[in-house]
Amino acid sequence: MSGAAMIEVKDLVQRIGGQEILRGFSIPVHRGETLVLLGRSGGGKSVFLRHLIGLMKPVSGQVIVDGVDITQLGERALEPVRRKIAMVFQDGALFDSMTVFDNVAFTLRERGERDEETIRRKVRETLELVNMTGHEHKMPVNLSGGMRKRVALARAIVWPPEVILYDEPTAGLDPIVSDSINRLIRRMQRQLHVTSIVVTHDMVSCNHIADRVALLHEGRVRFYGTLEELSKTDDSVVRDFVDGRSHEAE
Amino acid sequence: MGLITLPGAVAVAFCSYLGQVAELAAETVRSVFAGRIRFGLVLRQISHIGFGSQMVVIVTGAFTGAVFTAQTFFQFARLNMESAVGPVISVAMCRELGPVLTGLMVAGRVGAAMSAELGTMKVTQQIDALRALAVHPVDYLVVPRALAMLISMPLLVGECIFFGIASGYFVATKVLGVGAAYYMANMYRFTEAEDIFMGLIKGFVFGLIIVFISCREGLYARDGAVGVGRATTEAVVIGSLSVLIANFFLTMALNIFFPAGVSG
Repeated sequence: MSGAAMIEVKDLVQRIGGQEILRGFSIPVHRGETLVLLGRSGGGKSVFLRHLIGLMKPVSGQVIVDGVDITQLGERALEPVRRKIAMVFQDGALFDSMTVFDNVAFTLRERGERDEETIRRKVRETLELVNMTGHEHKMPVNLSGGMRKRVALARAIVWPPEVILYDEPTAGLDPIVSDSINRLIRRMQRQLHVTSIVVTHDMVSCNHIADRVALLHEGRVRFYGTLEELSKTDDSVVRDFVDGRSHEAE
Repeated sequence: MGLITLPGAVAVAFCSYLGQVAELAAETVRSVFAGRIRFGLVLRQISHIGFGSQMVVIVTGAFTGAVFTAQTFFQFARLNMESAVGPVISVAMCRELGPVLTGLMVAGRVGAAMSAELGTMKVTQQIDALRALAVHPVDYLVVPRALAMLISMPLLVGECIFFGIASGYFVATKVLGVGAAYYMANMYRFTEAEDIFMGLIKGFVFGLIIVFISCREGLYARDGAVGVGRATTEAVVIGSLSVLIANFFLTMALNIFFPAGVSG
């Protein structure tokens, strides 16, 4: 499963409002695999993800994507890197002035596709892939949380990326919708052979989709390994997270 | 913060703000010259900024012209100078009232909408989504608005001037009994093409000020709905005050090139 590192994060340090969120975070992400980054809410998982696509600049450290340190690149120079990486935001971040169709077609139009027939066909195929056929003309405000995430995924994959970043893809969804999102993530990897990085605190999701797992604890990687290694670890911090124990008095 | 450090902090914040607006303007200019113009979006913004602002600009211009005519007439009538009302109205509308009123109305209507829209996009991560999709927010959001504003503002100013003068003529000649021939003759005699040109230049500059301040406010919005509300308020307040302050300096500078009352 593991190949060369598609993304390599080295000693990433980030401070927000005087608080050190990431304290020398290092992790490799191998080409074609799904890495699930676990961690407590507010622990810096989303902050880490935003560094991978250059939405945030670290205080120090490197983010090497396909051999290029993107922390040194300006906004314009990041554009070629961002064409390789797609991000599915926690709440979808759909453009609320556009319909579902236009949200998905946005990437195609912005990357130079002018033939409306081709755009219609590709949008239709992509919406089919995420089980959103028939919702093309709805506005994002009229969609449920799960539907918004599906459309966000469709917008991310309509122009096939090499890497997909998922920010809490199952947060706030019921178990059935969560399961369908997990299956979708798995299907994306099988069909498009993409490298995926999923940040979540949902262990069910992790068990469903992960090839490799990392646990972010106090700004550093506390655990990195396969699901099997995760199940066997005797690190109390990792075990508490996996088993959902808080050690607080009743 | 102590009384001693306060002026310094205010000065730093002011310079930082100016720097952000200037940086946004520079990035917009670079983007335009690099040809990153989405003409469809420019047209949509012209419709929103130019076409959509017509009613408010026409009503403002017409009623300001009307009331200004009435007040000028009441004062001039005491000196038997009723026929001088026409040039006063037309020169004032062209040089000052037309551009300033249009600037204030557009800062209120369009500036608020721009900062609210961009601010909402910012706090709901839609601008991050744009960046993640390799689309520069300045190219997609600011350039179309700036170009549309540059095209729309001089036209709106022209419209405001026209309706101000027209309503003034109507009030003076039909309501207050000033002779139409004297009114028109004096207005033509003392109103120069430079007066109109000065108004249009001011409209152009006010458009730039409004668009960059509003976009800056929207793009720097944070803290959710409260932040969007704050950005919108600041866009209108700072935009309006900047129009009024810039108007003084523009008047002084343009008066060097187009001195008032020299010819005729």
